[in-house]
Amino acid sequence: MTHFSAFSLLKNALTGHKNWTEQWPDAQPKAEYDVIIVGAGGHGLGAAYYLATQHGITNIAVIDKGWLGGGNTGRNTTIIRSNYLYDESARLFDHSVDLWQNLSQELNYNVMYSNRGVLMLAHNVHDVQSFKRHVHSNRLNGVDNRWLSTEECKEYCPPLNISKSSRYPVMGGALQERAGTARHDAVAWGYARGAAARGVDVIQNCAVQAIRRNDDGSVAGVDTDKGFIKAKKVAVSASGHNSMVMATAGVRLPLESMPLQALVSEPVKPVFPCVVMSNAVHAYCSQSDKGELVIGSGTDQYVSYGQRGGLPLIEHTVSAISEVFPIFNRMRMLRKWAGITDNTPDRSPIIGKTPVPNLYVNCGWGTGGFKATPGSAHVFAWTIAKDEPHPINAPFTLDRFRTGRLIDEAAAAAVAH
Amino acid sequence: MLLIHCPYCNETLPELEYAYAGEAHIARPANPSEVSDEEWAEFLFMRSNVKGIHYERWRHLHGCGRFFNAVRDTVSDKFLTTYEAGAPRPDLDTLVNTPAEGGK
Repeated sequence: MTHFSAFSLLKNALTGHKNWTEQWPDAQPKAEYDVIIVGAGGHGLGAAYYLATQHGITNIAVIDKGWLGGGNTGRNTTIIRSNYLYDESARLFDHSVDLWQNLSQELNYNVMYSNRGVLMLAHNVHDVQSFKRHVHSNRLNGVDNRWLSTEECKEYCPPLNISKSSRYPVMGGALQERAGTARHDAVAWGYARGAAARGVDVIQNCAVQAIRRNDDGSVAGVDTDKGFIKAKKVAVSASGHNSMVMATAGVRLPLESMPLQALVSEPVKPVFPCVVMSNAVHAYCSQSDKGELVIGSGTDQYVSYGQRGGLPLIEHTVSAISEVFPIFNRMRMLRKWAGITDNTPDRSPIIGKTPVPNLYVNCGWGTGGFKATPGSAHVFAWTIAKDEPHPINAPFTLDRFRTGRLIDEAAAAAVAH
Repeated sequence: MLLIHCPYCNETLPELEYAYAGEAHIARPANPSEVSDEEWAEFLFMRSNVKGIHYERWRHLHGCGRFFNAVRDTVSDKFLTTYEAGAPRPDLDTLVNTPAEGGK
């Protein structure tokens, strides 16, 4: 593995960039692994990376039916934040934000983490009360978040329309300055490179057809397009397809898979300094380093595995953006796409053990998984290695749907994560 | 935009008229006090989340307001048929071979 540095960049520039080596090999499956991770997105690759670096387990395969990072890792709007209401969620997501701070240095791979701040706008009295409650709750949990007046919002994000006569007047906002964005592809690539350098096999274009179990019920391995692969432990991290993969092991999950759409505009010069979210009108927006406005839409209301999504949602999103940011109302949109999100009833993830011995699942991230990538991967690796949950993910069990100890961020956030 | 056939109004209309209402044919337990926590979890939360042919409920929210059932392919999003709530599951073989009314 080439170590990236100013020196290696200079050296390769002088030799015409002809001598860069491949960042990870295109591995073929071996007959047996200690751990097989299903799904080569950020969460799965990250779990492999932390298993290798922190738990000394390197005989790992990460298997994906498509290409690396081609699922929701490459389809989200790259927003990172941790201003969640409940204690459990605040700990989980802030753990992730902690890891984001030095991720580029740790991976020796520029994930372009930019803590440009996430501003959540309040448009009515209820929003104001709800967001102030979030600010107080976050501060009690040691999570960065503070309240801004209307004028302070305008100062922080100049393109904002704060006219009192606008359809959705801005009555203030909650600002998390530690929050921001990152380059989503680079997260998957960085973890893949780091994991592969320590002996992890990243196997692409190889669908897992079924999880095979021993007579005693424990996991035996996985049947794939390239034949059966034996494994001591299997960890499933397959986003929208978790229900289908886990069903082959006889485990039913409280998930519904729905398309979540996003779109980008034509690239323009830097105009938009932060991330702005408006839950009430359901618009969220940031500007990528390429100059495109990155706009997130909502999920379709029905179960679907078609990575397209319906146009009514795009229409709704674009009209909301035009209302909150009138300066964008003549911008042309370049393209839109969708990823399949797996949503739990309480909109909190499930990270942990399953009723099947040696089978683990990391699912239910719904519309908010990207921000959690490092934290999720870190606690999932812990859970796999030690066969018990890390204190941070201990509340996020599958069993909470039986006991009723839900972590109801659906009610707390009401909308986009 | 999905076009959905309401079996009560007998009209095929845009999805904006409708609200999705989850997986179909999940019956509420007849004797709630005798049901275990596992069975409640199964009834309330566990879903088949099928990739392929899916039985689901819709409500004609901005029309007659009534609930009905539908059979839809969750990959192509095409409706195979819609039918009144309370009716038995339609036979899949006939549906797949002969697209029914409303299967647009």
